[in-house]
Amino acid sequence: MTVTQREIWAGRILLSLLMAFTILPFISIFLTALHPSGTVPDGLAWPEQPQWGNFVEAFRVAHMPTLLRSSTLIVLAVVPLALTIATMAGYAIGHLRIPGARVLLILFVFGLTLPLPGIIVPIYVLERAIGIYNTRLAIVLPLIALYMPFAVFWMRAHFVSMPMELSEAARVDGANAWQLFWRIHVPLARAPLTSLGILLSIWTWNQFLLALVLVEDPNRRTMAGALGAFQGHYATDIPLLCAGTILILLPTLILFIIFQRHIIVALLQGAIKG
Amino acid sequence: MPSMMASNDSPPVLVASRQSVHQGQARREALVGWLFALPALLVYGVFVLLPLMLTIIYSFFDWDGIGPMTWVGLDNYVTVFQVPDLLGTIINAFWLVVWFSLIPVTLGLVTANVMYRVALGRFGTLARTLLFLPQVIPLVAAGIIWGWLLSRSGLINEMLAALGLGAFTRAWLADFDTALPAVGVIGVWVLLGFCAVLLLTGMTKIDQALYEAARIDGAGWFRELMTITVPLLRYEIGVCLTVTVIAALAAFDIVYVATGGGPGNATAVPGIQIYILAFTQREIGLASALAVMLMVLVVVVILPIQRLSQER
Repeated sequence: MTVTQREIWAGRILLSLLMAFTILPFISIFLTALHPSGTVPDGLAWPEQPQWGNFVEAFRVAHMPTLLRSSTLIVLAVVPLALTIATMAGYAIGHLRIPGARVLLILFVFGLTLPLPGIIVPIYVLERAIGIYNTRLAIVLPLIALYMPFAVFWMRAHFVSMPMELSEAARVDGANAWQLFWRIHVPLARAPLTSLGILLSIWTWNQFLLALVLVEDPNRRTMAGALGAFQGHYATDIPLLCAGTILILLPTLILFIIFQRHIIVALLQGAIKG
Repeated sequence: MPSMMASNDSPPVLVASRQSVHQGQARREALVGWLFALPALLVYGVFVLLPLMLTIIYSFFDWDGIGPMTWVGLDNYVTVFQVPDLLGTIINAFWLVVWFSLIPVTLGLVTANVMYRVALGRFGTLARTLLFLPQVIPLVAAGIIWGWLLSRSGLINEMLAALGLGAFTRAWLADFDTALPAVGVIGVWVLLGFCAVLLLTGMTKIDQALYEAARIDGAGWFRELMTITVPLLRYEIGVCLTVTVIAALAAFDIVYVATGGGPGNATAVPGIQIYILAFTQREIGLASALAVMLMVLVVVVILPIQRLSQER
């Protein structure tokens, strides 16, 4: 490939501009967060006296420990359960090839394009009726269900490619259906399970609409849901709002920096397979 | 049937029982297989398929969510088409497709091409990571951050003033003319890096010989892009379009946080309007009719994209 010197510099300038477009918003809210609480500062100015205390204040008024605990609880409930039942279903459809597998797959795939605002109202009515409204379960159960189309599809793609001889050999050795699944096939599915787990964790952490509609108490919501409530309370105190937003973003940002390669690969694979 | 071949030298009774043993085992295996699929199907049925059916049913009723339901036939659908504010949400959704989908995919294609040609080293890794960053933060955070940047005293106006364009400054999200494009810019910010990185991974799979042949024929970079890269990236472009079009049509988080649908109804999209109708105006029937239309709309727009991108 021949690339001229001029082209290299033009390309680097374009990329630098795009990187600035991406990163400036983060810098702007960081600088804003350092200004005295209650003022309306300029967008990109280093404060005369940086108010690091804003972060302490935001940590306190946003109930950060409670929020972290709530979000973590929801992720810990949603992700393992969703992974387990999606893997079982993907195995049944892709490897066991149960009668009716095609219809079942179509039924799940049909849900891939379903927009959440389309079904949020009956979910609300339903949860009021069965009495789980305003509990964490109100977010957990629909979220697991909403992940099924993608997760089953994803795991099926893995199990379809597993050789039948593997199962036959294990059966000859006397493994029953559950042992075959749990001892032989699940350990071999570690790579797709890891990617799927990363995806579901990010999506759960960032889920907003379910939290907004189904849980009134911000302390029982996901991180994104709590952030929405925080904005509702402190919309006028811009430095404090920016400090709170940064605190709520921090866990995601740290995890992204550590696992960036995994996360990018997982999100891209997720898009391509979905 | 192999068992018929074997029946020559074995008593018929034994064959029959062997067959039934075989059938019984197959039935048992099918049953166990279905038990594996059952939990996923159950939760999916209760919290996705059932609500889907309920949405369709509600859309034929007038209901405040508490009192009795009154059958109104297609009245709710007629209302959506007749009330400009309701139909306007669907028009706004299509404008968002331009911002959330067409611009990120086009710009992403150019960006990916640039990254592919000039930035494969450490600079390229940095660019990829940074551009991808908005994809992992909650959309609510994107809405809050940009809500501040686009406000009257925010960064955007400050930069305009610094460039001597002070006359153009305004509260971008509160102005009837600029609110929807301003929301669109937030979408570009979130989705550009995702499209660029996804398209870049596709580009690395293209055979270099094709470009060399094109160079010999005297093709410039633009013709190379249009005659080689775009056709060969058809599948990846289809994926980008699918993901971003759904993000646009089903948009909720960003709009809710940045404008709440305002000013007036300037940025109201179906997701927002469904929320307002159902949870503040208690018009469950009308909200459901709009929800059904939104779901049909997504399928109608996505199917041709899928068709085009999967053709080989």
